[in-house]
Amino acid sequence: MQYKMQAKNLNLYYGSKQALYNISLNVPTNKVVALIGPSGCGKSTFLKTLNRMNDLIESVHIDGDIFLDGNDIYAPDTDIVYLRKRVGMVFQRPNPFPMSIYENIAYGPRVHGLKNKNKLNEVVEKSLRSAALWDEVKDRLTDSAMGMSGGQQQRLCIARVLAVEPEVILMDEPCSALDPISTMKIEELVAELKKNYTIVMVTHNMQQAARVSDYTAFFLNGKLVEHDITDVIFTNPADKQTEDYISGRFG
Amino acid sequence: MENQVTRKAYIEDLARIQEKIVEMGIAAETAAKNSIKALLTFDKKLAAQVMESDDIIDKLLIEIEDSCILLIAKQQPIAHDLRVIATSFKISTDLERIGDHAFDIAKITYNLKKAFDFQDSHIKALADCAISMINMSIKAYKNADVNLAEKVCIEDDNADSLFAKTLTEISNQTSINTMPEFVFTSRYLERIGDHATNIAEWVIYLETAERIRKTKKI
Ligand SMILES: Nc1ncnc2c1ncn2[C@@H]1O[C@H](COP(=O)(O)OP(=O)(O)OP(=O)(O)O)[C@@H](O)[C@H]1O
Ligand SMILES: [Mg+2]
Repeated sequence: MQYKMQAKNLNLYYGSKQALYNISLNVPTNKVVALIGPSGCGKSTFLKTLNRMNDLIESVHIDGDIFLDGNDIYAPDTDIVYLRKRVGMVFQRPNPFPMSIYENIAYGPRVHGLKNKNKLNEVVEKSLRSAALWDEVKDRLTDSAMGMSGGQQQRLCIARVLAVEPEVILMDEPCSALDPISTMKIEELVAELKKNYTIVMVTHNMQQAARVSDYTAFFLNGKLVEHDITDVIFTNPADKQTEDYISGRFG
Repeated sequence: MENQVTRKAYIEDLARIQEKIVEMGIAAETAAKNSIKALLTFDKKLAAQVMESDDIIDKLLIEIEDSCILLIAKQQPIAHDLRVIATSFKISTDLERIGDHAFDIAKITYNLKKAFDFQDSHIKALADCAISMINMSIKAYKNADVNLAEKVCIEDDNADSLFAKTLTEISNQTSINTMPEFVFTSRYLERIGDHATNIAEWVIYLETAERIRKTKKI
């Protein structure tokens, strides 16, 4: 099996407080990996180590390795802007920029040097189509993104990530602020996107993890308790703690 | 973070379904036991009682199915919980069939013109074997006892060989009068053993997530 990303013996500290303990986890190429676990167990912290979002926090200290296509992303010569282009992130709450729908999408490619108007138009359309949003917004691309529904805004944020042509997409509870229909649209989108991208998704919704992911990793108190094929985790997990968590015995 | 127990009502509902399965198991075992007793002692009153009590088993089946369907709709059970639900459907069906066979045996007794002689037949041994298989499979279910469930599966070979012996005896019989009753009764008992084996296999699946299927045919 080919691994797009790999974490090896990863420890992470916020100041003196350790938040991740010796995490080793492989992310296979073109698969969806779901991260589950109770609040505060370290899911978001781990997710953010995959594109070095934690660098933004002063007190964070990391040891261990994270590889992207076999290269250590914490190596000193890593180009962090380029890394975050390759490993994009979608957050819990949709966070469109206060500008037009079109400009939201065109922003990233422009930053990365794309100036040609026709090319930009193409990228905007392609990204919105990939995010299953094009038909809903094609006639109002110049409208403010702030006037969209929550579900549309989240798909806009996904389109925004797609516009810079990433290889890996990190999603931190992308549906937690959405209604069931929008949630289903995002889930269908994820199933579609994994043909071309590798996806790591944090979710609190067990059924969602069961539906959309190929692999599931269960975190507890900063430790990776168990990770396996999703079908196995949800039918016959090896660890009692996993079983108790997924079946709602605690959380 | 402390691991506080959640979903109390759900866990209670699951436990209640399992209790109902045991209750149904005891009812089916009692029916089978009494149907044989009625036959061997030519007790038509007891036979009638077995036939009447079949409604109780059927009613339990409906209750179990309804509770399972409701829990699936409302709680999305997974892992062991899901296997509780899945096996409840299967086991309750097997128990209902055991109840039906007890009913059938009771009906034979009810319609018999005169007592017939089992002295030299293996039918009593077959009945004891089948009834103990029900008993063990229910006990295995109740106590999540995989070893005991495996014993039931093994015991099924014994039931099969006793069944074969009764068939031989029947073909050697001179009295034509009671032959059909003999054949049917031993057939029902053999089927009861099969259902008990199914239950035992589901107990193994419930507790280990492993599918056991002892393919056998006479
Ligand atoms: N910036 C920070 N500074 C200090 N501690 C932090 C910081 N961010 C997170 N933590 C701590 O690290 C631990 C893991 O937090 P994290 O946000 O990764 O959990 P989570 O699994 O994503 O939880 P949730 O499901 O609630 O989002 C928690 O104990 C949290 O308090
Ligand atoms: Mg989080």
